[in-house]
Order: sequence, then C-alpha cells, then structure tokens
Amino acid sequence: MSENVVLELKNIRKRFGPVQALKGVNFKLCEGEIHALMGENGAGKSTLIKVLTGVYTKDEGSIHMKGYDGDIAIHSPQEAQDAGISTVYQEITLCPNLSVAENMYIGRGKEIIQNWKKMNDNANKILESLDIPTSATTQLANCSIAVQQMVAIARAVDMDCKVLILDEPTSSLDDQEVAKLFKLMRDLKARGVGIIFVTHFLDQVYEVCDKITVLRDGVQEGEYKTEELPRLQLVSKMLGKEIDDLSDIKNDEAIMQDTNEENVIETNQLTSTSGISPLDFYIKKGEVNGFTGLLGSGRSECVRAIFGADKVVGGTIKKNGKLVKINKPIDAMKAGIAYLPEDRKVDGIIGDLSVRENIILALQVLEGFWKPFTRAEADDFAEKYIKLLGIKTASADTPIKSLSGGNQQKCIVARWLLTHPEYLILDEPTRGIDVGTKVDIQKLVLKLASEGMSITFISSETDEMLRTCSRLIVMRDRKVVGELTGSDLTQNKIMSVIAGGDK
Amino acid sequence: MAEKKPSILNRLRNMTDTNLLLTITIVMFFLMYIGAIVFQGKGFLKPQTFFNILNANAALIILSVGLSIVMISGSIDISVGGVTALVCMSCAVHLDYKGGNVFTAFLLALGIGIAFGFIQGILIAYLDIQPFIVTLAGMFFARGMTTIVNTNPFNVENPALVALKDTRIPVPFLGSYNKLGEYINAYVEIGALVAVAVVLILFFVLRWTRLGRNFYALGGNRQSALMLGINVKRTKFYAHLLCGFLSGIGGFVYFLHVGSGAPTHAAGAEMNAIAASIIGGTLLTGGVGNVIGTFFGVLSLSTIQNIVNSAGLDDAWWTGITIAAMLCLFLVIQSLVLSRKKKK
Amino acid sequence: MKKNSFISKIAGNRILIPIVALLILAVFNFIADPSFFKITLGYNNLGNPVLSGYLITILDYGSELAILALGMTLVTAASGGQDISVGAAIAIAGSAMLRVLCGADGRAETLQTPIIVAFLIAVVIAMAFGAFNGILVAYFKIQPMIATLILFTAGRSIAAWINNNQLPIVNDQGFTVFGGFIPGIPIPTPFFIAAACVVVIMLVLKFTNLGLYTQAVGINESSSRLNGLNPEFIKFITFVILGICVAVAALIKVSRLSTINYSVIAKDIEMDAILAVALGGNSLSGGKFNMWASVLGAYVIQFLTTTLYKFNVQSDALPAYKAIVVIILVIISAPTVREWMGNMWTRMNEKKDAKEAKVNG
Repeated sequence: MSENVVLELKNIRKRFGPVQALKGVNFKLCEGEIHALMGENGAGKSTLIKVLTGVYTKDEGSIHMKGYDGDIAIHSPQEAQDAGISTVYQEITLCPNLSVAENMYIGRGKEIIQNWKKMNDNANKILESLDIPTSATTQLANCSIAVQQMVAIARAVDMDCKVLILDEPTSSLDDQEVAKLFKLMRDLKARGVGIIFVTHFLDQVYEVCDKITVLRDGVQEGEYKTEELPRLQLVSKMLGKEIDDLSDIKNDEAIMQDTNEENVIETNQLTSTSGISPLDFYIKKGEVNGFTGLLGSGRSECVRAIFGADKVVGGTIKKNGKLVKINKPIDAMKAGIAYLPEDRKVDGIIGDLSVRENIILALQVLEGFWKPFTRAEADDFAEKYIKLLGIKTASADTPIKSLSGGNQQKCIVARWLLTHPEYLILDEPTRGIDVGTKVDIQKLVLKLASEGMSITFISSETDEMLRTCSRLIVMRDRKVVGELTGSDLTQNKIMSVIAGGDK
Repeated sequence: MAEKKPSILNRLRNMTDTNLLLTITIVMFFLMYIGAIVFQGKGFLKPQTFFNILNANAALIILSVGLSIVMISGSIDISVGGVTALVCMSCAVHLDYKGGNVFTAFLLALGIGIAFGFIQGILIAYLDIQPFIVTLAGMFFARGMTTIVNTNPFNVENPALVALKDTRIPVPFLGSYNKLGEYINAYVEIGALVAVAVVLILFFVLRWTRLGRNFYALGGNRQSALMLGINVKRTKFYAHLLCGFLSGIGGFVYFLHVGSGAPTHAAGAEMNAIAASIIGGTLLTGGVGNVIGTFFGVLSLSTIQNIVNSAGLDDAWWTGITIAAMLCLFLVIQSLVLSRKKKK
Repeated sequence: MKKNSFISKIAGNRILIPIVALLILAVFNFIADPSFFKITLGYNNLGNPVLSGYLITILDYGSELAILALGMTLVTAASGGQDISVGAAIAIAGSAMLRVLCGADGRAETLQTPIIVAFLIAVVIAMAFGAFNGILVAYFKIQPMIATLILFTAGRSIAAWINNNQLPIVNDQGFTVFGGFIPGIPIPTPFFIAAACVVVIMLVLKFTNLGLYTQAVGINESSSRLNGLNPEFIKFITFVILGICVAVAALIKVSRLSTINYSVIAKDIEMDAILAVALGGNSLSGGKFNMWASVLGAYVIQFLTTTLYKFNVQSDALPAYKAIVVIILVIISAPTVREWMGNMWTRMNEKKDAKEAKVNG
C-alpha cells in the first residue's frame, strides 16, 4: 500500500503575519486515485495548494514524492512542475493568443529553435489520445473554456506529471463539458496519475472521487473513502458541526416576525451575467433572511444581481410593490438598498482613504456631487459610527488599510448604515474577522431588524445564520433548492438540503 | 471535426489573431498602393518609387520592428526617436570632430542603443516601473543629450561615410527609361538592405525561437506566462534590450541616410513607429503582432503620406494629422475585428 | 510593524518631498552664487514698474506650470496615467485664440473680437480635445499615455492648420497683460492667474466631491462602482478639466509673445507637468493626491529649470537633466524598491535588536 503513495504531506504549516493558515496538515495521495480536497472558506485549502505548487513556501513540514528521497523543496511553479506536480486552475492560466500546441509546450525544454512540425504532431497525438476536440494549430482563444481547461490538463499529462491538481476546474463549465472533463480524469486515473480535485460541487465529488480529505481551520479533519462518507456527514464535517449534538440556537424574535407585512423587496425571475438561475425572492419589513449553501453555490451572485453589481439581464425588481429599475449600484442605493460586498479588499474598502472618507462615501455619493459634507458634518458622522460600532482606530484620519480586518469591516457596515437603507445586504460580513466583531455584527443585525430594517445576511458559518435569520434560502449549483423557516431552521435540516436530500 | 466546406469566413474566424491582422494589413497596403497608382498617376507604377519609399523609411522600419517586439511583450518604448537623434549626433561628432572611422561609429551607435535598452529594461522589468514613464524619461534624456553632445546641426564630411551614404545598389530588371530613352537601373540604399535583413532575421526569431515565443506568451497573459514556467522578468528585459539594440542600428541607418547630426532628427519617430506597429497588426495590449506586418505598416504609412503630399496637401502638418488619423482608424479596426471574432 | 511605520512616515508627509527639493536647490544656489536671490525693481519699456531677478522668473514661468499641474494631478489621481498631450494642446488652444483675435488674415491692426470671447472659445476647444483624450481613456480603455500620444503628435500640426501655418501677431497692448505685467503692479500677472486658478480649484475641491471621487476611483475602481460612482465618467471629466487648465496656460503663453510658434510653444511642458505631480509626492499610478504639493512641485521644477539656465545649460538640453530627476523619483517610489528598502530597514533593526539582546543577555 505504502509504495502506492505518490505524494505525502507531513505536518505542513504556513503562517501569514498573525494568521496561522495551515496548522500542521497531513495529506496522502495514492497513484491512480481521484482525491477530493474539501473545506469551507478559510479552511486552508487554497493555501495548501499554493504551497504544493510553489506559489507559497511552507514554513514547516515536509513534502514527499515517490521517487525522491526525503523532503522536496518547492519554491516556484517551475520547480513544482519539475517534481511532477502540475496544476490546472479555475481561471485558465494559458495564453489565449497562442496556439493549442504552443500552450502545451511553451516554458518547457531548453532548445533554442522551435520545431513546429514536431511540436504540432506531438500535440495532436496527445489531444487525440485524450480525445480532446481541438487541433494543435487552433488559437487557444478560439476554443471553449472546457477545451482550454482540457488543454491545460493535456499539458500536464505530457509533462509526465505524477500528481495533477485540479483547482475548481468545473465552476465555469456546463453539464456536458463537465462530463467530458470527468471522462478525461478517469482516463488519467487509469494511467496511474494521482489527482487532487478541489470543487464545491458535492454531486461531482460523489461522481468521480475515490477518497475525500476534509480540511477545517488549517488542519486535516480526516480522510475518508467516498462510499463510506454520506453527504450529510461530509457537509457536517466541512462545517465542523456534529449532526446530533447541535443545540439549535434560534432567533426567537425573528420567528415572531412572520406577519403579513408587505414585501419590501420582491424579485421576479431575476438573472444576471454571472449565470444564476432566475431568482424569485422577497423580503418583508423587519425580516432577516439569508442565502445559504456552500461556497460557489451562487449566494453572492443572487444579492449582487439585486444590487445591480452584476449586469442584470432579465427579470424585475419591485420595491414596496412598485417596479424599480436597477441597472447600476447607484439605482439600487437610491431605492434604499445597501450592499456590503463579499470581498472586502477588492470591492469594499478604498485602502488609501481615511476611515472618515470610507464611512461617508456611500451617503456622500447619494447626496450628489455638488453637496459635499463639511468637515464638521463628516467628522460627526464618522465619530458617531466609530463609537456606535466600536471601531478601533487611532483617529478618523487613519487610512483604512492600516486597520485590522474586523475594524475595516465595521467601517463598511457604518458606511451603509449611514445611508439609512430600508434593505441591507450583508454578504459574508464576518469573514476573516475576529470573534468579538462577529458577535457585534450579529447583534447589530438583530437590533436593526427590530427597528424595522430588512436584512439579508450571508455567511459561510451556518450557526451565525441560524442565530440571526428567520428564513433561509438554500442554494446549490446556482439554483435555489429550498427554503427553511420556523422549526426547520436547524443545522441538520440545512445540511440535508445542501447535500441534496439523500442521506 | 472540421466542417466539410470551410468557407472563407470560417477560415478567417479560425485564423490566429496575428495572421488575421497581418492579412488585413497586407491587403490594405496593396489596396492603398493600387489606389495611389490609379489616382496619382503612373509615378507609383515605377518600381523606383517603391524603392524610394523603402530607402526613405529604412530606419523607421528598423525602429518599428524593435517597438513591435516590445509591444508584443506587452510593454512600450517611446524613446526610439530620441535615441535615433542621439545616435546620429554622436556618430556625426565622432566622425568629424573626433576623427573616428565609420566602423567605430557603428559600434558607438550600437553601444548607445544597447545602453538605453539595458537601463530601461532593468527599470521596467526588474523594478516594475511603468514602461511609459521610464521611456518617456528616456526620450527626453536622449533628446537633451543630443544637444549636449552638439547643439548645432551639421552635415558630416567624413569621406568614407559620404561614400557609404551615396552607395546605390542596383536592382536588376526593375529599372526604367528616362526621357532620353536611356535605361536607368533601379537602386536601393544600404540602409534598405539592412532593414530588410533585420525584418527577416527578427521574423525568424519571433517565429522559431524559444525567446520569440516567450515574448508572445508574456504579452498574451503575464500571469499565465509565469505559471507556464517562463521567466517573465528576464523575457521582458530582453524585449527592451532588443528594442534598444535595434534603436542603435536604426539610428545608424538613419544617420547613413541623412548624413548629418541634428537635435531635430527623427522627431516624432516614436509615434510613427507605434503607428506603424499598430497598423501592422500589433495589438496595443500585447501578445499579437508580426514584424512582417510592421514592415507593411511602415510602407502603408509612407504611401498614405505620399498620396496626401501629391494631392497638394504637402504642408508639413498634414503628416502628423494623417498619422494620428490612421492610428485612430486602425485602433478601431482592431477592436472591431477582435470583438466580432469573440462573439461568433 | 516597523516597516509599516517607516513607509507610512514617508507616505504621510508627501509635501515634504517638494519642500526638501526646494531647500536643496536654494542652498545649492546660495552657495554657488548668492546673487541668484537678488530682486531689482525697474521699469519696462512702457514705463511700468516691474520686478526682475531669477526668483521673479521662477514665479512668472512656474505659474503656467502650476496651472497645468492642477489638472494633471486630477488626471493622474483618477486614471493612474498622465496626459502627455498638454504641450500640443496648448499650441492648439493658443492658435485658436489668435485666429479669433486676429481674424482670418492674421494681420489685423485691431482685435477682431474681445479677448474674453477669444479666451472662452479657446477654453471650449481645449475642453473638446480633453474630452477626446478622456473618451479614449475612460470608454475605450486605452492607456492614458498611448491615448494622449495621438494628440501629442498631431496637436502641433492641428495648431498650425488652424491658422493656415501663418503666425498671426496681436498688436493690442492690452493682450500682453496676461503674460506680462498689469500696469502699476510690479509682480508678473501669471502669478495672479495661477493664484486665481488655485483658489478656484481649491473652492471646487471644497464645495464639490471632485477630490473624493477622483481619489476613490483611482484607488479602487471596483469598490467605487459598488458605492454608486461612475468611474468612466469621473476619469473622463478629469481630462476635460485638464483641458480648461490647458486653455489658461495657453492664454499666458500666447500673451507673452503676442504671437505663436507652433513647434516651440510649450515644448516639453508635459514633462514638467508630470514632474510637478511626481515631485509633489503624488503616486503616478493614481490614488491619493495633494494639490498644494503639486503646485509647490511646479514652482520647484521651474526653480530647477531656472538654475540650469543660470549655469548656461541650453534650453534644448534641459530635458536630459529633468529626465534624470524623473527617473530618480520613480525609482524611489517604485514598490519593489520601497519593499527592498523596508526590508533593509527591518533587517537593520533586527540586527540592532539582536545586538542589544546579546548585550543584555
């Protein structure tokens, strides 16, 4: 058995500043096996893969490959390739302007002169043997995403890789394309390649994988044979909740909110360019609801469509029963909608600006170009919310980027509260911030709701949502697959809906 | 796999971007040249007219080729015109005031070009400074240095150089008869030959060498190139070094053509070179382009200028406006062609 | 931690950069030749009192640069690039102004239109060309410097074409006021014009959200969009504002000579304007800006230019020296270099700490 092991990681540790992302991960991959690597946000999945592919260098631990003695050092993607570890990423990391064959061979070999004929012949041979529907001389940009993905795999195969890492390769593929990809994966498995498959789609895991390793909080939660781990168990292990000993904390107040209030926001068959299935959604005054589902299930895309952050391509939105047209975020803001985006760094903070400017920004934009707040007004707003939310900052003048994650997030919350929205969307407001702040934000959500604000709360941590939401919309594969209220609001129930009902 | 009857349209669609834009460029050039023959009379029918265009633009061809390489790698260099002026002035002073010979002058030209390429390359590739700022400073530095080397323009009297400058290499069979009925050989200058050689060599380098393909990969997607195992910093550095080297050669060819040094030499050459590259099918965003296209790009530019001039609009300002307009036009054509391809 | 505070110290005091540069230049001149600072009161050929001296020259010629620096700072902040066509655009605006003032033949004895009308027309034209640049940058997403390279090349030709390549001469004494002196006031007029422009832009920054919006867009475009801003329009508008600055600078330039030289007017001024922004400590890749620092930067650049002139450096050779200054500035502010310096700093401190630890241990 042990000579079958092609890759073994022992006690891998990696830290970023104060954050210990990997706390001693062990992992074992055998030849001819498809091994799913599962874990929620912050579990350390992507860090682990980056350590394996040489993007990051590990702090501690060792990596063993079959055929090498002792720990192998991987400091760059190049070295990882040389060791026989190839990676295919979610975003295509090939050059769209080059031909298929070139993409398979560039960056390899040392010959100075390129022999096109030999290269194209070789490429065609491999493409044929893997049954990839394209030819060597086609420009990559003219291929579909799935084929591009396969070309990346073909490159890896031709490099004689022992370990192939597929990092969410299926997220932009349709069903047919996924089927083709799986066929290719099984072919490779038959050739003895060890495949690490990272995905958020549970169905796919159960379709192709032999083993599952679950990571949680930077450690290996366990390694399981796929057939021995029912879906529900898998979900519970990923979320870190035992199914049976869950005491269901509920938001009693919120449950009482089940009144006949009017819908504040109502969408009808809303779709956007992000590719979500048409969304029918409503929220009542003073209600807190949430979108749940695993990462990549389309939670964020739904709320982004409502806010006009992605281009809306179909459907309607009604506000208090009246149709509103939301094409751009400003339209949504004028309609009294506020949106705290998922990615704080990219979409939320404006790093070099001060805390004060970050807080007043949204309201300022609503007020208009010609009505800037005076310094005194701005200071008042900033001070008020710094105090209200307990933002820890040296002063309102400090650039927001020098604050801790939790305090940055509070500033963004303050920014939107300042606009006094009727409907507030919080997309992962608690991600990557300290526990104290998480609790603060949840309390705040309940308080605001009791004052009549409608809130959609999205979090990867289900218990947060159970504590705050009175209605949960469950998503899988960019579709709404269920809605839970009242006594159905339990971890078990959510997990079984996410997992697809079957135990 | 393939369609049974690949229509022309389908074939166009399946072409690589580089070949598609190259085809457009060459077709445009011939249309333009035929247009010139039709509207401007028979002057354009004489092969010598074509050779004259080649002679006059030899330096620009070399500069543009260098710039194309940088642009293919996703960067830019606007110092080429300034470097040309500096090379001319330095060589002129070297020959006439310092008693140098033509060979050492050539080495001097190469040295200047390589020095610019080297320093700019280091700053851009390894220190990650915006290429535009670096080469803008390079351009101003070169222009300023030109006046520091020597303020006043002057014609070089070094006999060896003058002899080289006036060397005419006959082209057999393409001559014409003058009014007296005498046969006059068509000719090209040395610079034109150098330019053609440079184009052919670099065509080979870009098409068939690892370095050449790395330029394309780098321009196509920097991140991907890195992931594919290419040393992106070194590749970018080489692109700038090569461009500097070619500015040196181009500068010397320019010098050979005009036989003088002046601070105003090659004024606006950077713009012409960028325009020629873009007209020749090099994408501003990098990754797509071809030096053969650039060659035709320069010829197209020059033909258009000839047409404008012989249409009676021979005031100097029309040149600048024409080039800017051509550039705008081709930027639009590029984005249209590529976006239509994407949709399909 | 230490690295952070070190960098924030540098970044936090942007205005220090031009002040330090100014001090270095002043001290250098003081040592080399104290007469540099001499100012004399004399009378010009119209009998008006005028001040003269190197410092007055700096005040005079630095003003047009300061005006351009205002617009250039905004463009840089929002788009993360620079407009290199300002010199050419000045030629266009100046040419248009003269065409309107002198009429078609360019030799009219009297002004054909009031100066204010000519100026306003020039403003509109300069704004239109700014809009052209802005559209290319904001909506066609062409890098600012490439987009403006088009006008950089064609601009002077267009300027010549406006007046049929003739050089109209304004014969009205009133017109010389803008680039010269107001009768009775010995301080050059451009300084007052620049002051007025600075006041206007400061008022605009105070009473509108221009500053907040441009900085937000320059720092984080995606986030700005989610806060309801329209990043494309904001980039576009900064180019239009730069157009206004160009027209004002053109007025001064043309007024100085009462005529125009298409190929020489405002030559290499784009370099100076970019330098002013960079010297003001503003990042050339966009984001936060300090308008005062840019203005100060403009005068420091002129200080440098005047110093170089004084040491008999030819005007055509000036760019070489300035290019070196630019390169030094961008190298200092390059992220890689900063990181490297930061690391050096930390390592030095670590060594010191280690040593101290040893001593203590």
